[in-house]
Amino acid sequence: MEHLEHFRQEVRDWLEENCPPSMRTPLVPEEEVWGGRNAEYVNPESKLWLERMGNKGWTAPNLPKEYGGGGLDRDQTKVLHQELYRIKARPALNSFGIWMLAPCIIEFGSEEQKREHLPKIIKGEIRWCQGYSEPGSGSDLASLSTKAEDMGDHYLVNGQKVWTSYADKADWIFALVRTGPKEPKHNGISFLLIDMATEGVSTKPITLISGKSPFCETFFDNVKAPKENLVGVENSGWTIAKKLLQHERNFISNFGLAGGGTGSGADVVNIAKKYLGETNGQIANQAHRENITLHKMKEHAFGLTLQRSGDEGAKASAASSMFKYYGTEHNKDRYELMIAAMGNKGLGWTNEGFSDDEQAITKAWLRTKANSIEGGTSEVQLNVISRRVLDLPN
Amino acid sequence: MKLILTEEQQFLKDTAQNFAKNKTPVTHFREMRDSENSQCWDESVWKEMVELGWSGILVPEKFGGSEFGMAGISVIMQELGKTLTPSPILSTSVLGVSAINMLGSDEQKENYLPKIVAGDLTTALAIDEGNHHDPFAIEATAVLDGDEWVLNGKKVFVVDGASADTVLLVARTSGKSGESNGISVFAANNDSPGLNITKIATADSRNYANIEMSDLKLDQNALLGEQDLAGETLEKILDLGRIAISAEMLGNTEEAFEVTVNYLKERKQFGVQIGSFQALQHRAAKMFCEIELTKSAVIAAMHAADENSNELERLASLAKFQAGETLHLVSNEAIQMHGGIGVTDEYDIGFYLKRARVAEQIFGTSEFHQARYADISGF
Repeated sequence: MEHLEHFRQEVRDWLEENCPPSMRTPLVPEEEVWGGRNAEYVNPESKLWLERMGNKGWTAPNLPKEYGGGGLDRDQTKVLHQELYRIKARPALNSFGIWMLAPCIIEFGSEEQKREHLPKIIKGEIRWCQGYSEPGSGSDLASLSTKAEDMGDHYLVNGQKVWTSYADKADWIFALVRTGPKEPKHNGISFLLIDMATEGVSTKPITLISGKSPFCETFFDNVKAPKENLVGVENSGWTIAKKLLQHERNFISNFGLAGGGTGSGADVVNIAKKYLGETNGQIANQAHRENITLHKMKEHAFGLTLQRSGDEGAKASAASSMFKYYGTEHNKDRYELMIAAMGNKGLGWTNEGFSDDEQAITKAWLRTKANSIEGGTSEVQLNVISRRVLDLPN
Repeated sequence: MKLILTEEQQFLKDTAQNFAKNKTPVTHFREMRDSENSQCWDESVWKEMVELGWSGILVPEKFGGSEFGMAGISVIMQELGKTLTPSPILSTSVLGVSAINMLGSDEQKENYLPKIVAGDLTTALAIDEGNHHDPFAIEATAVLDGDEWVLNGKKVFVVDGASADTVLLVARTSGKSGESNGISVFAANNDSPGLNITKIATADSRNYANIEMSDLKLDQNALLGEQDLAGETLEKILDLGRIAISAEMLGNTEEAFEVTVNYLKERKQFGVQIGSFQALQHRAAKMFCEIELTKSAVIAAMHAADENSNELERLASLAKFQAGETLHLVSNEAIQMHGGIGVTDEYDIGFYLKRARVAEQIFGTSEFHQARYADISGF
């Protein structure tokens, strides 16, 4: 305990000295940092903050020091997060590399792959995207058909991925490819790392019902990927794929809490009071008030459940399906309640007749519809709970 | 506040689990129901609980208790809830002890608490007067006449009212119905002249009574604490009761769910286990999620009580709401998923449905607590 308080003081001193003043102000979307070869920094202090945190390894506090991580244990990581939160520091780096790929490279990658990729992920030098879904393979991901043929020193990759977030901005992609066309579907998949700058890789952005989006289609046309970029053993990529999905679900489920998600941190109670009016300080319309109360109570209990899971020290597991399912369904519900409370003000598309905040909520409402589809649909999560938690038969 | 159990609390939970499994499986409840025992709980089982120290969990050490707190008694109630164990633990060890300890004078504590710890006295808290829980809607009156209190009015749906040695009567000493001010609490022996206790028969086959006070005369020592000022403390006592019964309801839920999921794995139709049908799987998975939320709400509320958190009221309402909603869902689904045998008396699962609806009413339904939560939160 004393040791931990000593560490806290160290963190505090270091942050005091190294966190630039503008990095302690609320984040504006244009200044969000994702790193990568082609990163542009609107605010030079974002770059400085990333460099300092990256060099310290604190962009990935719990990864081992020898690969550039912070080497902190669970309690120390918590202290670091608390101290960052205390000074309202912006995230130094958003990274699919850290959230999803790094834990899998640690678990399944070769020593060379760890030395090659982890430091660059942690410092934000290389930006990664995820190549999982395909036009013909959504929930049935294991039916994927992007093929990688063994050509001796390299794989020849042909096929198409879809829903690759930020593929147009990413430097590398971690992709699921079919290396065993004759094997049963789960046993012919490999986990392959591909440099997006390789000849034959191209991307095309996707427009959603909510408007512009980071999603892309990614095409592989006779792309040569060196053999050393295979993670784990050929044809056993499905195990890695599933593990990575658990890390992704844990990450997405946090969206369920107020303030998470995209577009707007608006609180549904304040929105309701503003657009429905107040009677003696209460939301004026009883039916709306009851619906919102139910929602807030579920949110409270869900938040306590995330906290309990942390206190119990549960690792990524089948229970992450519960958080993914509940968090995303709850987030959808929140935006439905919000636009309902706003009445005709919740239906704006441009600034003709609507404020920026109002449009943002409408767009965010539409965007939430994808929450329960991406990263495994709600129905798939319920399947996982049934089979792996409740042990119900197939 | 960490949402986990301490070693001590885990030990109590394990002890209670063994007790329920070995001494009071559901067959014990069935025997009670089918017996002539009008108090609906077994004297010798209660004695064993007393010997384990469960009557004194909330009692201060100087009166012979263990002070293991709400977390301690809640985990016990959770385990007892799994097997529907009937006992006066809620009415006596939670409500009676809390009321006497929080309202009473030192002399009154000295008079009652050691007897409760020893298992020589059981209590009941008589508060509600109407069809719905409404703690300040008190019309029963207590008027000081010389050196005696005279009580008149009625109480309904009093938990363990038909067996309690001492009844704690909530009455109005000033003000009007609906006001928190002007409420006082009196302790009366069950055989006091003017106190008419009538057992009522409820669907859950447990012990409840309606009580009438007609010129019930009590001496001045019967008043617990100060005249007119019990309202606020009463809310806190009720919150402890709400948390304890939420824990019991969580136990009801967990067991009904486990039995049901096991049934889905055993029962075959169309040549396969019915648990392989997605229509049932998804409903089971959703129940699992709600049960996890309930566990979190209950553990947060019981720790909040022990830490005297200013979130106690909100968390007590959240716990009772969530426990009620989840038990409601699971008790209905349990019957449906069992199919035909689920609606037979021979099978135990129906007991959980009957207990569920009664427990949902006690100290406020989900609707009551939803409204209370909204008010406290300023929605």
